[in-house]
Amino acid sequence: MPELRIINGRVYDPANDVDGEVATISIRDGRIVESVSDSARTIDAHGMVVMAGGVDIHCHIAGPKVNLARKLQPEDHRLDVQPGTDVMRSGTGGVVPSTFTTGYRYATMGYTTAMEAAVPPIFARHVLEELADTPVIDKGFYVLLGNNVFLYQLLKEGRKKDFRDAIAWWLNAVKGYTVKLVNPGSDELWKRRRENISDINQKVDHFDLTPLQVIRSFIEAVDELGFPHPPHIHCNNLGHSGNFDTTLQTMKAAEGRRVHIAHIQFHSYGGEAGTNPKSAAHQIIDYINANPNVTADVGQVMFGKAITMTADAPLAWMLRGFKKGKWVNADTECESGCGIIPFAYQEHVFTHALQWAIGLELFLLSEDPWRLVLSTDHPNGGSFLQYPRLIKLLMDSGFRREEIKRLNQKAVATTSLASIEREYTMREIAIITRAGPARALGLANKGHLGVGADADVTIYTEDADREKMFNSPRYVIKDGTVVVDNHEFKVSHDGRLLHIAPGYDDAIEDALRPFFDDYYTIRFDNYAIQDDFLHAHEVIPTRNGQAGEDKKD
Amino acid sequence: MSDTETRQDNEGDIKIVKNATCTFCGCVCDDMDLTVDLKQKRITKAKNACVLGRAWFAEHTIEDRPAALIDGREASVEEAVEEAARILMEARFPITYGLSDSTCEAQRVAVAISDLVKGGVDTTTSVCHGPSGIAFQGVGETTSTLGEVKNRADLVIYWGGNPAESHPRHFTRYAVTPKGMYIPNGKKDRTVVLVDVRKTPSAPVSDIFIQVKPGRDFELLWTIRALVNGKKITADVEELTGVSRETLDDLVTRMKNCSYGVLFFGMGLTMTRGRHFNSGAVLALAADLNQFAPFVAKPVRGHGNVTGADNVVSWQTGYPFGVNFNRGFPRFNPGEFTTVDVLARGEADAALVIATDPASNFPKKAIETLRRIPVISLDTKQTETSRLARVAFTVATYGINTGGTVYRMDDVPITLRPAFESPYPTDEEILSAIRDKVLALRRQRPAAAAEKPAAP
Amino acid sequence: MTLIPGRTSKQGTSLNAGKLKPEYLKITSTVEMNEDDMRRMKLKQGDRVRLSSPEGEVIVTCEPKKASDLPSGILFIAYGPSSSELMGSDTAGSGMPLSKQIEVRVEAVAAGKTG
Repeated sequence: MPELRIINGRVYDPANDVDGEVATISIRDGRIVESVSDSARTIDAHGMVVMAGGVDIHCHIAGPKVNLARKLQPEDHRLDVQPGTDVMRSGTGGVVPSTFTTGYRYATMGYTTAMEAAVPPIFARHVLEELADTPVIDKGFYVLLGNNVFLYQLLKEGRKKDFRDAIAWWLNAVKGYTVKLVNPGSDELWKRRRENISDINQKVDHFDLTPLQVIRSFIEAVDELGFPHPPHIHCNNLGHSGNFDTTLQTMKAAEGRRVHIAHIQFHSYGGEAGTNPKSAAHQIIDYINANPNVTADVGQVMFGKAITMTADAPLAWMLRGFKKGKWVNADTECESGCGIIPFAYQEHVFTHALQWAIGLELFLLSEDPWRLVLSTDHPNGGSFLQYPRLIKLLMDSGFRREEIKRLNQKAVATTSLASIEREYTMREIAIITRAGPARALGLANKGHLGVGADADVTIYTEDADREKMFNSPRYVIKDGTVVVDNHEFKVSHDGRLLHIAPGYDDAIEDALRPFFDDYYTIRFDNYAIQDDFLHAHEVIPTRNGQAGEDKKD
Repeated sequence: MSDTETRQDNEGDIKIVKNATCTFCGCVCDDMDLTVDLKQKRITKAKNACVLGRAWFAEHTIEDRPAALIDGREASVEEAVEEAARILMEARFPITYGLSDSTCEAQRVAVAISDLVKGGVDTTTSVCHGPSGIAFQGVGETTSTLGEVKNRADLVIYWGGNPAESHPRHFTRYAVTPKGMYIPNGKKDRTVVLVDVRKTPSAPVSDIFIQVKPGRDFELLWTIRALVNGKKITADVEELTGVSRETLDDLVTRMKNCSYGVLFFGMGLTMTRGRHFNSGAVLALAADLNQFAPFVAKPVRGHGNVTGADNVVSWQTGYPFGVNFNRGFPRFNPGEFTTVDVLARGEADAALVIATDPASNFPKKAIETLRRIPVISLDTKQTETSRLARVAFTVATYGINTGGTVYRMDDVPITLRPAFESPYPTDEEILSAIRDKVLALRRQRPAAAAEKPAAP
Repeated sequence: MTLIPGRTSKQGTSLNAGKLKPEYLKITSTVEMNEDDMRRMKLKQGDRVRLSSPEGEVIVTCEPKKASDLPSGILFIAYGPSSSELMGSDTAGSGMPLSKQIEVRVEAVAAGKTG
């Protein structure tokens, strides 16, 4: 692979304490190295900002629910097309782009890694096929286990070791990255009588378990298993007034162990259930600031088109009640639920303006950018293509003030947003968009530009308009290949699947097999995915020292 | 050692393949135990298979036919690939059609070819549940995997379908007889309702048979939906639909009071008057019922991997079928870009037909166009389409000779375990070779000719 | 009368053997008919009838069905070349021809005469 050298750029590499100094970045064989030969291609980045490629810790880009959402909105695709070129497949965009377009658009925005946040394990093959058709970026996915009936039975019977082994088995079987919990406990109520969990301490029907017990069990087990990323939790009561208390209880359940709370903006509401929400951003961020074991992504809402797609089926049903428009529900045997509702966030709507303001409050009150990172829960809070605009909101208080004026003023007035003057620095942006998510994910070779790191590099032309700047990097380098060269998409490149392979006692298969025979409709022996089904992949080592394998292509 | 191992006996002639997958219909049962005679290259026994599956496995033997024909004359695969690529590159509006009896791996390549040659891609969905796809875009869908039906459904309704003959194990493996988590006694714990215009061989399985007048499904569905939502209905419902008010009231009561209801619908709805309105009415009715009970609706899909085709075309283009790339990006418009239409209007000037036989099951006008234009066909057997094709490939049978992935009718992806090797290449191999040849031809052409003239 | 083509097990199993084999062709050229309609038209099992639509016509063999199973005015046939010959190509903008609802004329064919 040819060598590459980037000179004269101002480098923001917070993981290595480089803060805007002019430095040279050398690349060989897809990695950052100390130096390269004189014959290396040299990119003169004078007047430009150099960062590691962006890392999206939470998005929905591949799999059954994403594809249902794609199919659901032909009207959204026809307005936004992606013509093919000699190096690009054609596709369509909108809030749920086709797979190829998803990869290209992340890349042309300077992002080189993205994690699909919710996969029912029985559908993992589908996810892997879509990810193989998602070019340029590296990607992994989180496995929905938080409503898994087999695991609930083990918990009910107090079989802690089997529970841990079963989690590790599942991650191996489907090539996932970590455990995802979504509204734990709710599936059984939803599937039996279209109800939801309202209290994190209520019993989940006959399982004799509470959501809080389920959450604690997963946090403990994953901690013992040493996954690079802890359980990724979508808390109970998403979107409901007064839910911040549920969120606090969830974080406290970790008792100092690592935990990641997804799209925490949606879980930071005060007020009484059934009445208008209030901001509880202060209560939430105070807890996070004080507890270094917690990481979270914000799940900022951005005005315009979105689509709710979630394993939280009761939530989608509640949203359907407002407009009675298109609604998708999909119950997955023994594993998950799913709901999809097209949506649009509007400035004049009280709740939408409030959600927007709460997200920004969380960002602006956060004391540790490493642990509160950027997301829109794409496409739930808005498309990932809105990240540059969100960055501008954080970096430019004048722009923020102008935007606030356009909103429902009643909503804004109930928050502290207007009184916060803070502006994010370039370093902090580099943290919340790459270094922080990479660290939270346990991806040692991503999010930074130190020697040995993956050569995923983004070079932006410095521009006072931060939206413009972050919207169109001048160069994007993936694994040492210049994919975007002087703003032009020059060469196609296929990224890797990132997954873990934790060890387990295979005696657990003797317990799984009869359960599959009784309650699944596919054979146990046809469930696990073999390595030869994967496109290029990389095993990320667990913290227990289980070695990762070298990259395979 | 797990019981999935492929075993051979001492002579090495007989092999047992456990947990193999049958791809004949959309049920995609993955519990076949196949006995394979390796010398004869045939499957001698398919344990757990239904009558259709047994025929599928027994009849897919290796026939002695050329791997490729050009104009009816034997040709090498390389020559045929070259000719196929040339046809597709030279055509102004080449279409790709079929795909539902092929693996997802092959489908992905087929869509790539259509994209590269700026043609059209459509699957057999457009003539089976295409209208349900259109209805989905308008209404959404409340659905589930078949395991939820097995574990939970105590009310199972079939409308406009005849699984006893089209999907025999739909009853026995998934929806009626099996015991499930909350259905400890299997069929005894379920009420089965069949709605159809004629008393089909599926009727004996049902507890309640409702005979609707032909072409009146929409009216009947909309009436039920009105009753579910507490609206008044007119007295002429029986005259209009053939179904009495008492029968309707009883059905509505059962729907609202069940523990978990499912409405399976077939092509009796999509292929008759009303088409996507019928499917839309089913989807809207099922959605409304969730006010009272968990309720889902599912189209009963026909071909082994038609559901995979929907998924692949959707993730690559954003649309499920009837996609056109003439302008260099995907567009979707049923009636304009669907295969029956582009053929009946004589618009397509070349066709790549994969694993289906439009020359024997399309309307006559569409077939006339197929006879006129260069056709490239991939099929395991000789068909009317392969007989009229300019280039005809004989390919290996998916699931019997090839591995890969197929999606069951409920979108669950399932892996294939091949039983024995075929001397013929796979769809994926042929299509990949055509794609590579097309790419090479694209690189060769002079820059000025890079843009094809716009297609009609 | 209204012709409804559909799948049958026999059509499905014979299709595996090959669509150009006599078994498939025989199954796909047999039409099921309400026995009262047949009596009225003075037809008996195995008689040949001509079905014609604006698109074309075919000659097929008829098979009686009880009135409770197949209502008067309805004909059933397994999918195949015969149903294609009769099917119109107008999809009304849906992509789907009216494959399960084809209006046809039915006439008895004099013995010995073939189409």
